[in-house]
Amino acid sequence: MNKDYILEIENLVTEFTVGKRIVHAVNGVNLKVERSKTLGIVGESGCGKSVTAHSVLQLLPPNGRIVSGEIRFTPESGGETQVLSAYKKTSEKMRSIRGKDISMIFQDPMTSLNPAYTIGNQIMENLRNHEKISRADAKERIIKLLEELGIPAAAQRFNEYPHQFSGGMKQRVMIAIALVCNPNILIADEPTTALDVTIQAQILSLMKEIQKKHGTTLMLITHNMGIVAEVCDNVAVMYMGRVVEFGTVEQIFENPQHPYTKALMQSVPQLDLSRDVELASIPGSTPDASIHFDHCEFAPRCARACARCMEGFPEDMEVEPGHIVRCKLMEEGNVDEL
Amino acid sequence: MSCENLLEVQNLCQYFPVTKGTFKRKIGDVKAVDHVSLAVRKGETLGIVGESGCGKTTMGRCIVRLNKPTGGHICFRGEDGELQDIFKLNKQDSFRLRKKIQIVFQDPYASLNPAKNIFTAFDEPLKLHGVSSREKRYAIASGMMETVNLSPRYLERYPHEFSGGQRQRICIAKALAMNPELIVCDEPVSALDVSIQAQIMNLMRRLQKEYNLTYLFIAHDLSVVKYMSDRIAVMYLGKIVELAESTEIVENCEHPYTKALMSAVPIPKLGAKKEKILLTGDVPSPLNPPSGCRFHPRCSQCMEICREKEPELREISGRPGHYCACHLVGHTE
Repeated sequence: MNKDYILEIENLVTEFTVGKRIVHAVNGVNLKVERSKTLGIVGESGCGKSVTAHSVLQLLPPNGRIVSGEIRFTPESGGETQVLSAYKKTSEKMRSIRGKDISMIFQDPMTSLNPAYTIGNQIMENLRNHEKISRADAKERIIKLLEELGIPAAAQRFNEYPHQFSGGMKQRVMIAIALVCNPNILIADEPTTALDVTIQAQILSLMKEIQKKHGTTLMLITHNMGIVAEVCDNVAVMYMGRVVEFGTVEQIFENPQHPYTKALMQSVPQLDLSRDVELASIPGSTPDASIHFDHCEFAPRCARACARCMEGFPEDMEVEPGHIVRCKLMEEGNVDEL
Repeated sequence: MSCENLLEVQNLCQYFPVTKGTFKRKIGDVKAVDHVSLAVRKGETLGIVGESGCGKTTMGRCIVRLNKPTGGHICFRGEDGELQDIFKLNKQDSFRLRKKIQIVFQDPYASLNPAKNIFTAFDEPLKLHGVSSREKRYAIASGMMETVNLSPRYLERYPHEFSGGQRQRICIAKALAMNPELIVCDEPVSALDVSIQAQIMNLMRRLQKEYNLTYLFIAHDLSVVKYMSDRIAVMYLGKIVELAESTEIVENCEHPYTKALMSAVPIPKLGAKKEKILLTGDVPSPLNPPSGCRFHPRCSQCMEICREKEPELREISGRPGHYCACHLVGHTE
């Protein structure tokens, strides 16, 4: 325990009730987030990456609930640890953390802003909820923040409505709402998926800058391996509600061990890939999350699956310091060397 | 060279009028596609990339005649080997031609009728184009389902029973059932997950070889387009700014916009963190595009001439087949 973790998630299980079925969106996730570093969570749609983030803030819809697991949050280095999962989602305590200590940026900036209020109003709402500050002081602080985030003529734009902003500018406003209380952790749920590549590059470099300046811990949820390679320090690869591989970005990209991670990397087309090479693809599609497995979830699609994979779940194995893989092959010592 | 062109687009314009007030007074035009010319060779894949709003989809829709262009010509090589303007054909010829150009849309969730089974999706166009016996139509549909690796039994099922990847396979099979020569693929993989994306791209490339198809592949993801295409056209605000062989575009692009676009693509490799060219600002509104070169307000190498004169798309001297619309680049006279 020599590393300084700001957030630890242990055995988190989140399920949704849909009609009579129970959907296990998150199925025993273990994650450790290092202070002032960037953790990337990658996976395909439906793998539970967003639900994990929403569980941390207890922002689940009424049909979703955290069944078990513990989420520990240590705001100050060496300071007191709070157990977030013990708080009720409507409790005063949880509300004071949400948006202040841990804040979140959502995927679609077009729908996450209220079209009926000016953006200044919406940023101020978050700030005045958490801090005792006069409207005039708040406005001054917000305009300074907007300028820092690269919004030109901030004082004038403070009074404008979301429809007057472009997609990239709206995402900057979302970041401003998230950052206005100087959070310890910023969770970004696919912050650039709805944006064009040139705007995406702007937003990513902005987020990196913020992190450098304020030492914010960043949790970046994405499905784009390219973004992970460029921005993250640590990576968690998720599949069917579980973390199948966790490690530093070097470990994951240079020495991936889990067959799913490997297949995922190979199925992304790259600019320098020759046209004559056929892309490696994973056969089949992601199974329905309501199906209950009693063995490794990836086994039916895995090219290296053997009979043992169908007997019980694999355990988390540490193949090298800090590099955790959840696969039967590792248990048998079949670690691929570099 | 031109004899092998399957499709030629000349000076294509598509303007959408913007109206205001009770009497729908016209206050301007959104120039979605503005004087675009290009040629698609038989059997190749021409990729079209650009950011949202650059007019790539509108152009694709014009080619399949889902939009009526404001101006320009689209010529397609018919059975007799002559290039014909598809908007000047008589009704009968035009109907026959439609079979030859098919489209695959971006969103497989929205492009199949949820109330009809999969067979109906195949059945209707086949019936219209004169396959009169139901058995024969069913046989064609089952055959197509098999080519895209789906069981012919699925024909009786409904769209909601399929995943996104399967639906996109069905849409491809549906387009293929008409035995087309050109398929316009409008962002066919961008709604899919990475692992499924790879499946669909491999499938499309296999089908291209087997059926000798020509693709017009529209997408916003440069690495996907690069992997799929022989040649790439880069669009910005309704104009083609650069067009060349795909390796040439990736390795030796000349237009400042292409360069910025290229550097903005995140690369899933460690240590690939090359110098990024960050563009400032957003894409201007196509309602009121900037004067001169449309890219000049965001361009780092903007000169006086860029503000006044619009550059033409011309071949770069010494680089046959590489076209670029920029004042910085030396053109062949």
